[in-house]
Amino acid sequence: MPDLLIELFSEEIPARMQARAGEDLKKRITDGLVEAGLTYAHAAALTTPRRLTLAIEGLLAESPALREERKGPKVGAPEQAIDGFLHGAGINRDQLEERETPKGAVYFATIEKPGRPAAAIVAEVLEDTIRNFPWPKSMRWGAGSLRWVRPLQSILCILTTEADTQVVPLDVDGITAGDRTTGHRFMAPARFSVTSFEDYQAKLKRAHVVLDPTERAEHIWNDAQNMAFAAGLELVEDKGLLAEVAGLVEWPVVLMGQIGAEFLDLPPEVLQTSMREHQKFFSVRNPKTGRIERFVTVANRETADNGATILAGNQKVLSARLADAKFFWDNDLRVAHTGMGAWTEALENVTFHNKLGSQGDRIRRIAALAGDLAPMVGADTGQAKQAATLAKADLSSEMVFEFPELQGLMGRYYVAASGQDAAIAAVAQDHYSPLGPSDDVPTAPLSVIVALADKLDTLTGFWAIDEKPTGSKDPFALRRAALGVIRLVLANDLRLPLDRPIDAQLLRHKYHASNGEAELRDLIEEIADHGVFGAAFETIREKLGDADALEALAGDVPDLSADLLSFIHDRLKVFLRDEGIRHDVIDACIAMEGNDDLNLLVKRARALNTVIATEDGENLVQGFKRANNILTQAEEKDGVEYSFGADIKFAEADSEKALFAALDQAEASIDAALKIEDFAAAMTAMAALRAPVDAFFEEVQINSDNQVVRRNRLNLLSHIRKVCSSVADLTRIDG
Amino acid sequence: MTHPTPITPRSFQEIILRLQTYWASKGCAILQPYDMEVGAGTFHPATTLRALGSAPWAAAYVQPSRRPTDGRYGENPNRLQHYYQYQVLIKPSPPDLQELYLGSLEAIGIDMALHDIRFVEDDWESPTLGAWGLGWEVWCDGMEVSQFTYFQQVGGHDCQPVSGELTYGLERLAMYVLGIDHVMDMPFNDPQSPIPLTYGDVFKQTEEEYARWNFDVANTEVLLRHFEEAEAECAAILAQSHDDPKTGKRIVMAHPAYDQCIKASHIFNLLDARGVISVTERQAYIGRVRALAKQCADAFVQTAAGGYATA
Repeated sequence: MPDLLIELFSEEIPARMQARAGEDLKKRITDGLVEAGLTYAHAAALTTPRRLTLAIEGLLAESPALREERKGPKVGAPEQAIDGFLHGAGINRDQLEERETPKGAVYFATIEKPGRPAAAIVAEVLEDTIRNFPWPKSMRWGAGSLRWVRPLQSILCILTTEADTQVVPLDVDGITAGDRTTGHRFMAPARFSVTSFEDYQAKLKRAHVVLDPTERAEHIWNDAQNMAFAAGLELVEDKGLLAEVAGLVEWPVVLMGQIGAEFLDLPPEVLQTSMREHQKFFSVRNPKTGRIERFVTVANRETADNGATILAGNQKVLSARLADAKFFWDNDLRVAHTGMGAWTEALENVTFHNKLGSQGDRIRRIAALAGDLAPMVGADTGQAKQAATLAKADLSSEMVFEFPELQGLMGRYYVAASGQDAAIAAVAQDHYSPLGPSDDVPTAPLSVIVALADKLDTLTGFWAIDEKPTGSKDPFALRRAALGVIRLVLANDLRLPLDRPIDAQLLRHKYHASNGEAELRDLIEEIADHGVFGAAFETIREKLGDADALEALAGDVPDLSADLLSFIHDRLKVFLRDEGIRHDVIDACIAMEGNDDLNLLVKRARALNTVIATEDGENLVQGFKRANNILTQAEEKDGVEYSFGADIKFAEADSEKALFAALDQAEASIDAALKIEDFAAAMTAMAALRAPVDAFFEEVQINSDNQVVRRNRLNLLSHIRKVCSSVADLTRIDG
Repeated sequence: MTHPTPITPRSFQEIILRLQTYWASKGCAILQPYDMEVGAGTFHPATTLRALGSAPWAAAYVQPSRRPTDGRYGENPNRLQHYYQYQVLIKPSPPDLQELYLGSLEAIGIDMALHDIRFVEDDWESPTLGAWGLGWEVWCDGMEVSQFTYFQQVGGHDCQPVSGELTYGLERLAMYVLGIDHVMDMPFNDPQSPIPLTYGDVFKQTEEEYARWNFDVANTEVLLRHFEEAEAECAAILAQSHDDPKTGKRIVMAHPAYDQCIKASHIFNLLDARGVISVTERQAYIGRVRALAKQCADAFVQTAAGGYATA
C-alpha cells in the first residue's frame, strides 16, 4: 500500500492561519480520498511558514471496483424517459436488461465502475482542495486567477511504495506537481528531490527546516526557559505568542537580550505590551522585583557570529520602541502631575458621538449619575464624582493614543501620579469592567459606582437618540453594557432600583440634546435629581405656564425608560438561562412590582424556579390556573369582580372550610416572608396550598345553584388568586 | 545567495542611489516624487492610479511622506513627521518578486548570512484609498524595513492583474545598514565630503518646527474649511463632461481630481494630529476621503492609461 506525501509550498503563510490550514488540508484531502473509495491507515498534517504538508500512510493503491444496479423505466416507456435513464447511468441501450416485476416489465441497468489508480484520484482531490481551500483570506497574484493565501509556488505530490516513488500527475494553473522542494530560504535554498515522507523530513532537517510546529514551539520554549533560568530570571508565559513565533520560523534560534536600564522603570505592562505587540518578544522577569529586565527573541537562522548581529539589531529596535514609550510616559506624567487638566480639557473637543456630544459632556453626565448612585452603596458622593471625572482622562494621554489596549491601566497610573487616592485611581482601570461574560466584576465601591454610571450613561444615551441594537447589529456594544449593569448589580448584591437613575440620565441626555435651553436647566436638573415622574411630573408640567418645552424635552422619557428596562430584562433572561432559570419563571417575576431592582427580581426568580420544580409547586400552579380561569370566566360573565372576601360561614364542604384556614395561614406566612424578602419561605408557604386547593377542587362544585354559596366560592377563588399573586404572576408560567 | 558580498554604503543618499540603480537594472522606470504632501508613497498616482486597469507597469521612486502624528521634535531616534519612502510597483507582480526584493537588500549592503530577514503577515489596508492587499511587513533583525503587498483592490476596483508593491522606510533601513542609532546622526552625504552633512543638519530644525505646528498651532478651523473645499473641488472636477468643449477632445480629469483627494487626506492627518477628531468622527472623515478616492479611481479607468479604449 502506497504512502502519499503532499507539500504545498508558498510564500510566507501568516502564522495565525497555519495550524488551521494544516487541519483543513488533512480533512479535505482525506474526506475526498475516502469518498472516492481510497481508505488509508493514518494521516498527519504539518506546517511551516512556507509549507502545508500532509503525509498519509497506507493508502489503497486503487479504489475498489463497484457494481451498482439501477431500476429504470418500464418497458415501453417513452423514448425520452429511456434515453434520460441511459444517460444518467452512462450505458448503451443494448446493455439494458428487461426484468419482470409485479408491476410489469422494467428495464434494469448494471453499472460497473472499475477501480481507479490512487494517483488519478489524488490528483483530482488535490486540485479540488487547492481551488476551494477555506483560507480566512486569500489573494490572487500576477496575471492569474488562482487564489491562495499568498502566491503558491510549487506542489510536491508523490506516492511511495516499497518498489518505487511516483509523482502524481497534476497541473494547477501552470504549477506542475513534482517530487522536489527547497530547504530554508537563506540557509539551504537549493532544490532537492524526495522519495518518501521520511526522506522528506530528514532532508528538510538537513536543509534547516523543522517541519513539525510542535517541535519548533517546544524547542523555543525550552531554550528560552533555560536561558532565563541561567540568568536567575523567569520567562513570562505567553502561549499565544509562542504559537505565533513558532509559525514565523522554520529554523528557530533563541536569543536573549537586555533592556536598557533607562527603560526599566516603565510600568511592566507597557514593557510587555510594547515588546509583545511590536516585536513579538517574550518578557523575562526578575522574580525578586517583579520587573521585566530582559527579552527573548527568536531568529530564523544560525549565523557565523552566533546571532550577535541579529541580537544587536533587535536590541536597537527595542530601544527605539521603548524610547517612544518613555517619551509618552514622561510627557504623560508631566500632565498627570499638574492634575490632568490639559487632558480633561482636550476631551471637551473630542466628539463621543455627534448626537451625544463630546467626551467632556459624557464624563460630566457620568459624574452626575455617579454622584446620584454613591449614597445607595454607601460611598462618598464627592469622591464618586471626582473618580468619574478623572476615570477617562487617560484617553487624551499619548501612551493610550499609541497603545489603545492600555486604556484604563494607564489611567490608573496617571490618576495616582496626580496625587489622588489609590481607590480613585483604581476606578480609571476598573470602570470599564466587566467587559465580557467571564471578565471580573469590580467590587470596590467607587469602582462599582462609576462602572455602573458609565454603562447606564451609554445605554440611556443611545436610547435617547434611538440607536438601539437591532438583530445582530450592536455597533455600540449595548448588549454588553446591559450585561455589565446586571453583573455589577448582582455580583455586589446591590439594592438599586434602576428606574430612577435611568430616568435621571435620560433627562440629562435629553437636556443635552436640546442644546440647553437655559430656563429649563434648573428644573430638569431638579427632576433628574429627585426622579419625579408620573403624578409629580404631571403636576410640575401643569404648574408651568408654557409646558410645551418640557413636554418636548421629557415627554417620552417614561416610555424610553420602560423600553430600556425591558431591554435589560431581556439580557437578564439570557444571563439567568445559563443558570438554568426558565424564561417563563423570569417573566412571572418581571410582572411584579419592583422589577427594576434586579437583585430582588433574581431572588424571586430563583425561589420560584426552585419551587415549581417540586411536585407541590408544579401542581399548585395548575390549581392556581384552574382557579384563575374559572374566576376570570365568571367575572366576565357576571360583569363583576369577585374580590369582596369570602366568608367561612357559607362554606359547606370540609375541604372548603379547610381551604379557608389554609389560605389565612398561607397569607400570613407569605406576607411575613415577603416583608423580609425571604422568597424561598414565601414560595414554600404558597406551595403548601397545593393539597388544600386540590382537595377543594376535588370535592366542591363552584357553580352551586345557591347563588350565595356560588358567590362565596368565587370570592374564595379570588383569595387564592390574591395570595398566589402576591408572590409572582403565575399566569405567565407555561403549561 | 549568488551576489558578491556587498560593500557597505556610507551615506543615506548612497542607499537611495543604490536602490535607484538596482531597480533601474531590473527594468523599472525611475520616476520622481509626487509634488504634493502625502502620507505614504502609495498615494503617488504612479501607484494608486496605475495599479488600476490592465496595462503593464513597472516604476520605482522616492516619495517624501508626512505623518503629522509621528512628529517627535527630532528627538526620537527613528520617528519623524517627514520622512522618505522608496516605492516600487510592478504589474503584473512577477513570480520572483520576493527574490528581487531580497536582491535589493543585498544591493544596499545587507549581508543575508548575518541578518535575520522575515516576512511577517501584514494585511495592508488603506481605508482612505479604499484599497487593500495581502502581504507582509519585512523584518530585518526585528526591524520593519519594508512593506510587501500584493494589491487586490484600489479605489473599490479589483486589481486585475495584481500589482506587487514594495515600500521601504528609507530612514530606518539606512540607519540599520549604516549602524546609526539616532536618525539625526546619520550621514546624509558621504562623511568624507568637503561639507559632510548629517540627517540632523538637514532635518532636525524642520522636525521641531513642524512638530510644534502639527500638534499645537495648526489652525483647525482653517484646516476644516480646506478639507471641505478640497472635497467640493474634487466632486466639481469629476462632474465635468468627459468631452472638453474647447479642444473637442475626450479629457477625463482623473489626476486633478485625485490631487484634491490627496489634499483632503493630508488635511485629515493634520486634524488628527491636532487631536480634534474623535473615534466616531474619524470613521466619517475617512469615509469621505475614501469616497473621493473611489470616484477618482472610477474616473481613471475611464482614461486611456486606465485601460479605457476609445471606440
